Amino acid sequence: MDILITGILLGGTYALIAIGLNLQYGVARIMNLANGEILVAGGYLAFIAYVSLQLSPLLTIFLVAPLAFALNWLIYRVMLQPLVNRAKTRGQLETDSILATFGMSFIGVGLMLGFFGGDYFSYSFMAVPLQLLGSTYGANRVIAFCMAVLICGALYLWLNRSRAGLSIRAIATAPASARLVGIDVKRLSALAFALGGAVTAVGGALISTYLTLDASTGVVFTLKALIIVIMGGVGDVRGTIVAALLLGIVETAVASLLDPGLTLAAAYILFLGILLFRPQGLFGKTTT
Amino acid sequence: MNRRPFLKLVSALTLAGTLTATAASADTIRIGAVAPKTGGLAGGATVTQWPSIYLWVDQVNAAGGLTVDGEQMMIELIEYDDQTNPGETIKAVQRLATQDEAHFIIAPYGTGLNLAAAPLFDRYGYPQIAVSAITDQQPELSDKFPNMFFTLGTTTALAADLVGVLTDMREAGDLGNRVAMVNVADAFGIELATAAKPLFLEAGFELVYETSYPLGTQDLSPVIKGAAAAEPDAFVAWSYPPDTFGLTEQAMIEDIDVQAFYTAVATPFPSYGGRFGAAADGVLGAGGVNPDSPAFQEYAKAHMELTGAAPDYWASATTYASLEILAQSIEAVGLDREAVSDHLRETTFETVLGPIAFDENNSNPAFWTVGQWQDGVFVGVASRGRDGTAPVILKDGWK
Repeated sequence: MDILITGILLGGTYALIAIGLNLQYGVARIMNLANGEILVAGGYLAFIAYVSLQLSPLLTIFLVAPLAFALNWLIYRVMLQPLVNRAKTRGQLETDSILATFGMSFIGVGLMLGFFGGDYFSYSFMAVPLQLLGSTYGANRVIAFCMAVLICGALYLWLNRSRAGLSIRAIATAPASARLVGIDVKRLSALAFALGGAVTAVGGALISTYLTLDASTGVVFTLKALIIVIMGGVGDVRGTIVAALLLGIVETAVASLLDPGLTLAAAYILFLGILLFRPQGLFGKTTT
Repeated sequence: MNRRPFLKLVSALTLAGTLTATAASADTIRIGAVAPKTGGLAGGATVTQWPSIYLWVDQVNAAGGLTVDGEQMMIELIEYDDQTNPGETIKAVQRLATQDEAHFIIAPYGTGLNLAAAPLFDRYGYPQIAVSAITDQQPELSDKFPNMFFTLGTTTALAADLVGVLTDMREAGDLGNRVAMVNVADAFGIELATAAKPLFLEAGFELVYETSYPLGTQDLSPVIKGAAAAEPDAFVAWSYPPDTFGLTEQAMIEDIDVQAFYTAVATPFPSYGGRFGAAADGVLGAGGVNPDSPAFQEYAKAHMELTGAAPDYWASATTYASLEILAQSIEAVGLDREAVSDHLRETTFETVLGPIAFDENNSNPAFWTVGQWQDGVFVGVASRGRDGTAPVILKDGWK
């Protein structure tokens, strides 16, 4: 039970890391390798707000989200839209966007180093024990998990119940046909990319309450997000959530029952297994 | 005909260029520095390595430079980021030696990066006064690379003195016999765990929990829960910065009931005390300084004024001391690198840490090994031949 809850909490963290990338990759078709830098930037803002203004990260996210949204929208419009326009096939867009965002991740690291320095930024927020079913858990992790549930739930509802969500799902399924039925693909792609960035930055702000970050840790999160998105299936919120939870539970179970040294191996075995038996991901649709 | 003025201009410019170049090289000592600004060790290097380098250069130049053969020479710092990548460290050292023609190169940051660069320092004849390079291989290394020096101590000393501190606590009746020991699965953690295990057993301790975890583990609660379930009296982690913070926070949350709690690298960082506040009280860690020594206080004050951040309570001051040593040698024998290396071997230097003299293995035999957070300051509680060791206190809860 203890393992299950710890695993689910960790899964919530992973969902926060990956859900934004899923939106960006699934809808806007941008494999954003600078995802981790956006996350770290969100964490930085939360850190600065907490240390200098004593502002709770739970309030900071309302500042982080619109900022990250605007920044990502700008990035998409200025940098990535030309790539989308000139790409003849999806494959070409993927290659181009990987190269472009790879470069962007270096710029991101450089900017953050310039502005904030390379020091670790860590602070203590809600690092108090919380009793749940007879075991103790960090309150900050539980809060982050609740926020992850809220964010993922809201995204899921929005994608499945609203008109804009319907259009976005249409783009994710068939970008070429979506235009034929009068969907403004350009505008909605930019929206999805910006929204993905905002979610990632908010995730970063929440994660910074219990993980120690520095300017160059972004790549660690990008990799994890990539694995989760691919495991879950591209363009499906449910897939990402299930994959994140699965990964969290497997890692915790292995760490508690076998050996903490084997968590990485377990994560990659899971990844390999899913790729072997369901190459399109848990909830992914087979591409035609 | 009309080409002449252009030619004249070019030759005049070339001449002027050569003149300024020679003038510059006559007046300044080019000092190369290569260490991480990005990558895995950037967080540590930003606290420990770079600020001390900037402080030293600033202070030397503010004082009018170093006196070389009766002439005042300013320092020109040439710095490279090695991205925590040994390949980049090697390239940067090579570039400093051949392209920038640096007179001296400050040793890189981290054990692995120092070892990677050692053959190049040796090939180009640069003395390498390594700081954050803790290893038991010092005799072999100094044998192979005669100009490589060590200042921060050895793996075994670090482990043995912790075992010593815990043994003293047990002998005083403050600590039981049960030890939980974990380590990060990285060169540093593995080497220390391997060195510490037989020492603990020899001292009569019982290792009730032992495990390792991968670098960058995002949830360390299984580690702390596993350790807590074994009901240890002392918890020891040979850890790296992100996990040092993570383990401590989990220990607080789990309220792990131990009389001694030890985490390794980054425990002496000011940000550790800043983050955990009163809960850090009693936490043991690698390193230490004598925070009451006037030399350290003066250094810490200057460090704060120039860089806006406090130095850590371990390798920061040693990094600064290694530069003081270099400066004293240059002033004594000039810019001849071979002469400087010989001078390093023979002389006793006055530094911020007190006197330092290298032994027959090019190692500084006097260094701090264990420290402890006491009332918001990380004080040294065990050392090899350093003054000002403070008595150990018990870890009394996490409030």
